[in-house]
Amino acid sequence: MGAYLTRRFLLMILTLFGMSVLIFVMLRLVPGNIADILVDAAGIADPKEKAKIIHELGLDRPIIEQYGQWIGGLARGDLGFAYVSERPALEEIAPRIPISAKLAGMALLLSVLIGVPFGVISAVRQNTALDYFLRVISLSGLSLPSFWLGLLVLMASVHWFGTIPIYSNEPRSFLQEVGLLSIPAAVVGFRSSALVMRLTRSSMLEVLRQDYIRTARSKGASQTSVNYDHALRNALLPVVTIIGIEAAFLVGGLIVTETVFNIPGVARFLVEAILWRDYPIVQNLVMLIAFVVVMVNFLVDMAYMALDPRIKYAD
Amino acid sequence: MRICLALVAGSLAAAVSVASPAFAQKQGGTLRISHRDNPPSASIHEESTISVNQPFMAVFNNLVFFDPNEKVNSPDKIVPDLAESWSWNPELTKLTFKLRQGVKWHDGKPFSAKDVKCTWDALIGKGDEKADIIRKNPRKVWYDNLKEVTVGSDTEVTFTLGRPQPSFLSMLAAGYSPVYSCHVPGRDMRSKPIGTGPFKVADFKRNEAIKLVRNPDYWKKGRPYLDVIDWKIVPNRSTRMLGFEAGEFDMTFDSDVTFPLLKDIKAQKPDAVCESRPTNVSSNILINRDAPPFDKPELRKALVMALDNKVFADILSQGNDLDGAAMLPPPAGVWGMPKDMLATIPGHATDVEKSRAEARKIMEGLGYNKDNPLKVKVSTRNIAIYRDPAVLLIDQLKQIYIEGELEPIDTTVWYTKIQGKKYTLGMNLTGVGVDDPDVNFYENFFSKSDRNYTAYNNPEVDKMIDQQSAEQDREKRKKLVWEIEKKLAEDGARPIIGYNVANTCWDPKVKGVILQHNSIYNGWRFEDVWLDK
Repeated sequence: MGAYLTRRFLLMILTLFGMSVLIFVMLRLVPGNIADILVDAAGIADPKEKAKIIHELGLDRPIIEQYGQWIGGLARGDLGFAYVSERPALEEIAPRIPISAKLAGMALLLSVLIGVPFGVISAVRQNTALDYFLRVISLSGLSLPSFWLGLLVLMASVHWFGTIPIYSNEPRSFLQEVGLLSIPAAVVGFRSSALVMRLTRSSMLEVLRQDYIRTARSKGASQTSVNYDHALRNALLPVVTIIGIEAAFLVGGLIVTETVFNIPGVARFLVEAILWRDYPIVQNLVMLIAFVVVMVNFLVDMAYMALDPRIKYAD
Repeated sequence: MRICLALVAGSLAAAVSVASPAFAQKQGGTLRISHRDNPPSASIHEESTISVNQPFMAVFNNLVFFDPNEKVNSPDKIVPDLAESWSWNPELTKLTFKLRQGVKWHDGKPFSAKDVKCTWDALIGKGDEKADIIRKNPRKVWYDNLKEVTVGSDTEVTFTLGRPQPSFLSMLAAGYSPVYSCHVPGRDMRSKPIGTGPFKVADFKRNEAIKLVRNPDYWKKGRPYLDVIDWKIVPNRSTRMLGFEAGEFDMTFDSDVTFPLLKDIKAQKPDAVCESRPTNVSSNILINRDAPPFDKPELRKALVMALDNKVFADILSQGNDLDGAAMLPPPAGVWGMPKDMLATIPGHATDVEKSRAEARKIMEGLGYNKDNPLKVKVSTRNIAIYRDPAVLLIDQLKQIYIEGELEPIDTTVWYTKIQGKKYTLGMNLTGVGVDDPDVNFYENFFSKSDRNYTAYNNPEVDKMIDQQSAEQDREKRKKLVWEIEKKLAEDGARPIIGYNVANTCWDPKVKGVILQHNSIYNGWRFEDVWLDK
């Protein structure tokens, strides 16, 4: 196990290094840089002013030197200066991380809390009216774009309640924050919960037909025990995998939801930074997301072991 | 007719809300406004967008400014600001300002004539490089005629011009001409600027919010009325509109409400005060006249003759956009040519079919016809407000055997591409900071301007521009301006397809808002705005 963890750790480092090179190079291959955008925003493209900005920001230095400076700084915890706001990138990024993390966490939690039980119910009540109803709901969850759903929720709220659940002021308490984030989290989580539900259902149906389930039933185990103790645990393996993948995909979902509900999180900030070619912000945020994805994958692999004792990671 | 009615209705609504003597202005409160996007910086001198002017104008003062109680900015409606008075020398080449005493910057330091000098020194390229007050200068051309700024005393400053230029005062009165402080570095001016204005910047959180708080030491006693102006940056327009309807915001971003959205707002919030007005932002066509095929004047003429501006207006703004030549048309525009004259210049004909028939003859003479169309790319910024008119243009060009293909350009490289002449036809939007021929002509049509994107170069027009600029008789100047407009239309220099008209709405409790009808970039001081609650 120790050797496996060491190998995984080294692989993580290698993956993050690869990501850093990829994002660094890709950003510079995209047409236009911050100097283009800054002068463009002013409606001019004066070559002298542009050259001055490029020099000030160090974009005229060799690319290897720029990369080395970024990675060196990252290792020391210095994320550099944001090009647009001219403030330390850490100051710009840090306050937004908890907001998005809470939103993503709540969305993921909702998707599991809704998706897994309803998936099980749908499977054990296969081909009943309840099953059809849940399948239609899950299908709509997969089909409705979060952006559209978010707008519908806002419109309905304004029309019926005369209020709008957007993040316009910083919440004063934890409870207020949970209340504020719950609607956008439900909008993002709706799609994920639909996916989790459908996968749980199909996985459960497969497991429920296994011999050991028949054996458990013949031994007199109750229906609840068969469903939850014997079947669900084995059916959860693919579900855990998809939850891991969804955690990474959530960032994409957050971009639109943060925009519609006006939440000042990292996802919306990342898009804005990409549009402005604000390299320090984009590079550091992408690295942060890559780190989270790598960690989630690691945790998913560990979860396999906990769920199925037959799985062993050899040294 | 519809726009006239809208203007009258808007004016009446605003007049009722502002001018009623029955109201006693109330002190205090927070004005909440939605902002459409993240301002590139807070430095007005370095940017060219209403996204910067609207929130940050209230932080600064000018030397003089357009009377905020007047809806139309005009040279005879300029009032003192940091300057108490001004005078010209007999040759009209020296403009001397007497400055107010006792004015302080937001950080407590005293304001003096040196600040005025260092602001305009930076704008004409004579500033101290180390001070680095500005790093971009999009309106350099405004001050081409400014030779030097001299300080007479702490309260006296003189602008010396190369030749008489009556419009110079109008440029100083623009929202784009605040006085900066010498002691604050450019980086701070871009992120948390220091001014002498009625509001101080408390916070500018990128992509999130801008918070302005009352300046208790403001030199104008009793102003401002508001305690706080809270701008929330809400990039999604639907969210902004719903937020206004739900009472989350007291006011929409300027000109944010299109005519279809206005209908929604009136349905959901019937008591909202909405005012329709021209923005002085035109949609115009960029023609690369230095490369084939549009290096042929006949081809440019045919293109202009194919335009039907009414169709553009009908589709883009439910018929509310205004048809005009190079200057914003009257009644909002002070200098634009009258309607009957407009109908006589290319691109604005009333009988479009007849005009197109003539254009087709020109095209046939050049060897193009239905079976052998001229194939061109129509480049534009990849943003809806640019793309939509470009698509309509492509459709109209089909009428004269021109087959256009849309080429959406990443917005980051748009001006680089245009200035590099890597296009054939382009669709562009141009906002004018001051409704004044000097500002518009020198910026967009003068041969030496950085912002003359098409590199239109006509020595005769350059001469006419200089001539109108020096003319002191307003009526004579107007006639010269109309001649220039006619010449520009005949030359196909940036054919205008329309002037945008849009709506701004606010809650009835917001009082004292007076929108300027010939420039969206002016009139955002907010010092006379108050809340009736």
